[in-house]
Amino acid sequence: MAGLELKYAVPSAEEDFLGAGEASTSVKKKLRQIGYNPEAVRKVAIAMYEGEINMAIHAGGGEAEVEILPQSVTIKLIDHGPGIADVEKAMQEGWSTAPEEVRSLGFGAGMGLPNMKKYTDTMDIETEVGKGTTITMVVNAQ
Amino acid sequence: MNTFFHSVALEKEKCIGCTTCIKRCPTEAIRVRNGKAKIDSKRCIDCGECIRVCPKNAKRAHSTRLDALEHWKYKVAIPAPALFGQFNNLNDIDIVLNGLKKIGFDEVYEVSRGAEVVSDVTKTLFDQNKLKKPVISSACPAVVRLIRQRFPSLIDNVLPLKAPMEVTARMAKNEISARLGMPMEEIGVFFITPCPAKVTDFAAPIGSASSWVDGAISIAKIFPRLSEAMDKEVDINNLERIARSGMLGVNWATSGGESKASFEERYLAADGIENVINVLEQIEDERIQDIDFIELNACSGGCVGGVLCVENPYIAKTRIHRLHKYLPEKQNHYDNSMNSIINWTQELEYTPVMKLSEDINEAFTMMNEIEELRKKLPQIDCGSCGSPTCKAFAEDVVKGKVKETDCVFILRQKVKNAADALSQIGAYDESK
Repeated sequence: MAGLELKYAVPSAEEDFLGAGEASTSVKKKLRQIGYNPEAVRKVAIAMYEGEINMAIHAGGGEAEVEILPQSVTIKLIDHGPGIADVEKAMQEGWSTAPEEVRSLGFGAGMGLPNMKKYTDTMDIETEVGKGTTITMVVNAQ
Repeated sequence: MNTFFHSVALEKEKCIGCTTCIKRCPTEAIRVRNGKAKIDSKRCIDCGECIRVCPKNAKRAHSTRLDALEHWKYKVAIPAPALFGQFNNLNDIDIVLNGLKKIGFDEVYEVSRGAEVVSDVTKTLFDQNKLKKPVISSACPAVVRLIRQRFPSLIDNVLPLKAPMEVTARMAKNEISARLGMPMEEIGVFFITPCPAKVTDFAAPIGSASSWVDGAISIAKIFPRLSEAMDKEVDINNLERIARSGMLGVNWATSGGESKASFEERYLAADGIENVINVLEQIEDERIQDIDFIELNACSGGCVGGVLCVENPYIAKTRIHRLHKYLPEKQNHYDNSMNSIINWTQELEYTPVMKLSEDINEAFTMMNEIEELRKKLPQIDCGSCGSPTCKAFAEDVVKGKVKETDCVFILRQKVKNAADALSQIGAYDESK
């Protein structure tokens, strides 16, 4: 069956702040080349960018695995960071643990996870404090 | 109308097949094949970057010749405000406008007049909440063409108004025809242009089926004659008063000018094609917030940075600002009767030129092949193959346009493998 699997390493914000975001830009370009529905491409770009930045800021980077199928795009973001202690709280708009220097750059407004959920059809969070977090998001083509 | 007509073209004899232009093209529209550059007309947005960087001046912009004026009974020049930044010590734009009349135009109508009207409408529509935020300016045709092929989700944010050139042409023809009782067909309107994208724009316009502009003459081409005809020593009290626009309209020549004419704050003005692309990516990913209006100019500095200008953009910018104190704020206003000449009559459509195939399954297969091939390439983007990057080369191979061995590194490996195999055939095995 037609499909495409992509893997990216997402750097930590401390070592390469500008590098965070490159994976979502690359996925966006590939989806356009495949001829994917523009609205779905936009959702993938927004949700994946948020996820990448989250990983870079809070978890010291991680991996992004993307599976593109004709009917949907699945984005898996895997990190080995501190984990999320209270997922319910983290899902509230405006709730943030981002340090001040990150907020001053316009990030860490507490919209990361809520936005990721808003722009995806399903979102699943597996997390364990001290071990890491895996977020799986699916955006349907239609 | 031909959607893929272009002003930017190659002079084959001059091209030496270097890789300068392929590297700088923002849409990866150029390849070097058989020792010559080739522009893909579907991808070219006429930004003029290749003209700017070509060391052999092998790229040029088609524009209208001055002798084309002869075909018209009544000749009207509509100069872009960038023209006023080309002359040293200018303190009255009427010196330039009178110069244009001396070199063969019957009348001159500044494009800054149309610009002031567009600014007025933009403000009105915005205040009435009729525009999708953030509003993206539609004045730079290279930017609009870029959005059309690469940022489909932002098409609805593009200001659905004709650019000042087109609005001015229509204002001029309507007014002159009514005043002189002259049929429209006898009036020829010529845009004095700082950039090739505007030449393309009158031949294949954005937002309407056809243009009212009859020709676009490059600033660089008209500069010597105009400069000579301009009477710089004239007593300005004896000068015919032609100018009918103000500071707000003239300011459109520089980056930020359009924004400032309609918005006090919450606007962003980016110039230079790389900056433009970066800002568009960020808007698409919703990384830019609290901004109402986004002004984007493909050229550094704005229109004064157009490749058909003769002066350095930053010097021209300073000169434009110097003109401020001699100009009224603005002289042109929008009224409802202008709607038909301002509003788009054709919607902007997505032209998916980056798409690998019409069949999505085939596109997936090709994408996988591209990814596989990329792993074999050196990733140094040397350009020797004639494609701008290793990634673009992989795409070209999979599309069947070139073969793998056009990559010198793959070729070298194959030659080595073949040589090794040959040496094995004749080798004497001492162990036996």
